[in-house]
Amino acid sequence: MASNDVMIEARGLTKKYGNHRAIDQLNFEIRRGEVVGFLGPNGAGKSTTMKILTCFIAPTEGVAKVGGYDVFEDPLSARSVLGYLPQRASLYKEMGVVEYLEFAADLRAISKDKQRAKIKEVVEICGLKDALPKLIGELSYGFQQRVGLAQALIHDPPILILDEPTADLDPNESAEVIEYIKRIGKTRTVMLSTHDLAEAKEACARMLIVNRGKIVADGAPDELAAKSGSVRYVLSFDEKEARAPKSFQEIKDAVLKVVSSGTVKELPSDDRAHTVEVSARGANDHRREFFKLAVDKGWTLLELRRETLQLEEVFRQLTVGGDAPRRNADGGRAANKE
Amino acid sequence: MSENESKTEAPEASASEETAAPEAEAQGGDDKALADVAAREEKPSAAEARPAGGGAGPVVRGSVGSFFSNTSTIASREFGSYFSSALGYIVIGMFLLLVGFLVFFPFAFLVIGKASLQPMFNSISWLLPLISPAIAMRTFAEEKRTGTLEMLITQPVRDWEVILGKYLGALGLLAVCITATLTYPFAISRMGELDWGPVIGGYIGLFLGGASYVAFGVMVSSYTKDQITAFFVAFIVGALFFLLNKALIFFGGAATVLEYLCPDYHFTSIARGVIDARNIIYFVSVISVSLMATARSLDSRRWS
Repeated sequence: MASNDVMIEARGLTKKYGNHRAIDQLNFEIRRGEVVGFLGPNGAGKSTTMKILTCFIAPTEGVAKVGGYDVFEDPLSARSVLGYLPQRASLYKEMGVVEYLEFAADLRAISKDKQRAKIKEVVEICGLKDALPKLIGELSYGFQQRVGLAQALIHDPPILILDEPTADLDPNESAEVIEYIKRIGKTRTVMLSTHDLAEAKEACARMLIVNRGKIVADGAPDELAAKSGSVRYVLSFDEKEARAPKSFQEIKDAVLKVVSSGTVKELPSDDRAHTVEVSARGANDHRREFFKLAVDKGWTLLELRRETLQLEEVFRQLTVGGDAPRRNADGGRAANKE
Repeated sequence: MSENESKTEAPEASASEETAAPEAEAQGGDDKALADVAAREEKPSAAEARPAGGGAGPVVRGSVGSFFSNTSTIASREFGSYFSSALGYIVIGMFLLLVGFLVFFPFAFLVIGKASLQPMFNSISWLLPLISPAIAMRTFAEEKRTGTLEMLITQPVRDWEVILGKYLGALGLLAVCITATLTYPFAISRMGELDWGPVIGGYIGLFLGGASYVAFGVMVSSYTKDQITAFFVAFIVGALFFLLNKALIFFGGAATVLEYLCPDYHFTSIARGVIDARNIIYFVSVISVSLMATARSLDSRRWS
């Protein structure tokens, strides 16, 4: 098979709960070997999409295919090529780890003579060796999540769908789980939902951002940050000098003369300095102009820093409010004030 | 006990015949799996050296054999889970205690002269509307509450396999309860001549009656997330139908038609030792209608 087979496909996927559209005309493709982060704020439709892909619920409209199988027409085939870890995956707490994995293997029609090898394999991949003699209910949540991951991997599926695998984990546990997912993702197609960007950046080469049931961005993390096109400057002026700016307003007016379209915001600082944050559109570097501004006014410039917009902020811009793209074009930071 | 085990194991045996021959020999070493997995890093076994195996291709099991194997996998997990929590022991203990109270003390005096188990069966039949909802309450409600149902249903299994598996697992516990009362007829048969015909009829009746209450309980359980609610709803409805039959004695004529709706009416008829097709059809109908309603409830998740 070619390396660019479409493994997960959604066409006009819509799910309505009453009049509310949990997801609205979603279109996307995930190709073989991709590890895709599926991001969005809570309630954006991430879980709904994943539940449709795993044939747990049916879409109101649209088509979804997993491994080439239509999830509505042929749910059993679709499920058989994927491994799924639901959100807050709960396992049978009263079962032993091995017992549970055997149960999962039975349901995956792995014959008894192959089961032992398979279980060893997933135990190795998910680092479960220490957990083996225990009951699932006795394990920490991080370990339970890894058992869930092992369960999803037991039949060596080409596709993995993981719904917020790191929710409710402490930072160490989630780092571990992400590490395992990265390792697993080397040979598989993975769709991973999360609302933690740092994790997504860590594990995923591509991100799909959903908001209010619609896809608002799709691309590599760097691409997304670049596409938003906003550049951020931090300026800090000494307040104690003789010729210091009198107020934030004075700085703001001066800065806005330099930067045609942008926003200025005061950052918290001590009473010795005025610190402002300027968001400007366009790729121009305004640092020279800011320096000249300071010289002209006779203000003492303590700090001047330029940084491209962080992914977190891109995410926030895209997912706050309903008409994110237009807001984005306005110059960005305004979206944060909501 | 042994009777029950053969009941739940039976489908698995037939399924394994169809799937693979080596399965039988692997089953023996199955218990050692845990120890083996734990000891794995010391000496990699031959099995481990083998590559991951085909993997990528879909493994779709469309045959009748897979239906039985999935159903029996789910059934044995369900049955086992009664005993890994306290519920199984509580149900059996409570049942035997109540049987002792209701049957043994009054019955010990009746037994002199004529060895009949009719009073025992009548007493046990009173317990069925109580014990069956307790057996069935957890089946779906608990899995819905904890979220394990999503995990189960998104495996490549049909909804029907899940429903039948859970139902059979619950029937397993019912069978254990009922089988445990076999001590009574054996004790009686030592004291006097026992007519085994009505005894066998009585046990078939008890099991069918219990199976109907359990099916109803499973259905109720599939409509709620709370097992206590599931218990009380199933118990109250079951008890109403049970009492309806007792109350109908006071009404003649048209009211007797209602008797046909009461599980107890059909039970008493079977317990007399006469197994009538109408009684069997009644129980089979109650069970199938309940399970079909369960399927509907399970399917509704997809559309709501």
